[in-house]
Amino acid sequence: MSATPVQKVNSMAERQARYNSRNRVNTVALILAVGAMAFGVFWLIWILIETFRLGLGGMSLALFTQMTPPPNEVGGLANAIWGSLVMVVLATLIGTPIGVMAGIYLAEYEPRGWLAETTRFVNDILLSAPSIVIGLFIYSLVVAQFKSFSGIAGVLALALIVIPVVIRTTENMLALVPAGLREATYALGTPKWKVITKITLRSAQAGVLTGILLAVARISGETAPLLFTALSNQFWNSDLSKPMASLPVTIFKFAMSPYENWQELAWAGVFLITMAVLGLNILARVLTRQK
Amino acid sequence: MVETTNTPLTSKISVRNLNFYYGKYHALKGINMEIPEGKVTAFIGPSGCGKSTLLRTFNRMYGLYPEQRAEGEIILDGENLLTTKTDVALIRAKVGMVFQKPTPFPMSIYDNIAFGVKLFENLSASEMDDRVEWALRKAALWTEVKDKLQQSGSGLSGGQQQRLCIARGVAIKPEVLLLDEPCSALDPISTAKVEELIAELKNEYTVVIVTHNMQQAARCSDYTAYMYLGDLVEFGETEQLFFKPQRKETEDYITGRFG
Repeated sequence: MSATPVQKVNSMAERQARYNSRNRVNTVALILAVGAMAFGVFWLIWILIETFRLGLGGMSLALFTQMTPPPNEVGGLANAIWGSLVMVVLATLIGTPIGVMAGIYLAEYEPRGWLAETTRFVNDILLSAPSIVIGLFIYSLVVAQFKSFSGIAGVLALALIVIPVVIRTTENMLALVPAGLREATYALGTPKWKVITKITLRSAQAGVLTGILLAVARISGETAPLLFTALSNQFWNSDLSKPMASLPVTIFKFAMSPYENWQELAWAGVFLITMAVLGLNILARVLTRQK
Repeated sequence: MVETTNTPLTSKISVRNLNFYYGKYHALKGINMEIPEGKVTAFIGPSGCGKSTLLRTFNRMYGLYPEQRAEGEIILDGENLLTTKTDVALIRAKVGMVFQKPTPFPMSIYDNIAFGVKLFENLSASEMDDRVEWALRKAALWTEVKDKLQQSGSGLSGGQQQRLCIARGVAIKPEVLLLDEPCSALDPISTAKVEELIAELKNEYTVVIVTHNMQQAARCSDYTAYMYLGDLVEFGETEQLFFKPQRKETEDYITGRFG
């Protein structure tokens, strides 16, 4: 052991001074962080208050039982609610299995191959593509070919928005599963498909489910991809080959009109969508917390 | 460069001229050794010496990572594990492994054990109950969990989780059990339980254990291998290696005069 040189030791007063200066920096950082948070929350709460103030008045049984009315007549949003429900559910049913399976491929099968890298790159572009681009794409692919706006075109456009979101969250959630758990499962002689379905996917299920719910929340408010695909419909329609009403498009149409009853219905629709999205987000939170 | 102080009678695993690579890094350099059947063999050595790497070749665990590669021969029951056409799952059913960190599956205690058994055997419900109890008794965990078999495995303490993982490994009745630092995350009482268990297991299994703890190697192994920088420096009976090491490097390491 060689002798270590004597270290200079700070005096107590010096230590106290350094501590005080760290404390001041801490206070400034805290104020900035709280301020930034308050700024964000302020607008969100304002939006919620406005939605409640203007939307709550429109809540009535008629809203859920009557069709969208002509200007200056009494009516509801039943056909739009139904159309939104049908298209969102179908788009989720189509998009989820594709997204989850692609996510599994990226996380479990070939995380670093050229196919995975390409898929990931394309998926990132799709993820950030403006939804109006997707609407126009489906328009030229489906609507222009069949010469008719249709519910199915709306479903396809929404599914195209669901897929990249689900791929991304599934991959990320599976990647978070500890390598040790995967190894321990393989070490028992478990075949790969069983490792994935019984162990890794099960460990990541809360996160994957959250991703799906967030995708649902996102498409339930999308307007642009439906404008060129499902268009709208004044009447109750369950035929996917015909134009279909939806809440966002109805809101778009009604809010821009000069008619007071339409504007009121638009606010009621906004309120409904906001509540649905809020509910889905809370559900997603609850699910991840249980993990 | 290997000094063998005593040749075991029957060997379960024969390692011949084994080289291992992580990408370009040469992690194991021409390893030759015979793992004796029905005994406990310990691998000791400083961090990064390749002892875990060697252990992970015995069940081809490295095969999960495309950049890892092994060359040479690992003969188990006359079959070269590195080139055999036998499905790797069947090799792993024969060569079980317990890891450093406890890894309970996200399911009940009962299903943690039954999961592996179901992969290879078709047991009736009562046979499965018996197997689960047998495995948990083997791992000295039965009395602690017998009233909560349907509860989640992750609710157990760290030491209990590790014994659950050992029970899971034992339940599929492998011939060889690989233990990769099984006690490093455990408190002394749990460690003592696992060591007792190892002593009992060797009657039926060939056990290979990697450990950082030399006292542990001395306490519970019959044979010990000292490794350094990817070389097998010395391999022999544990008593011989600890009390009359043949090589200077081994002596330096076990007496703490290393480096």
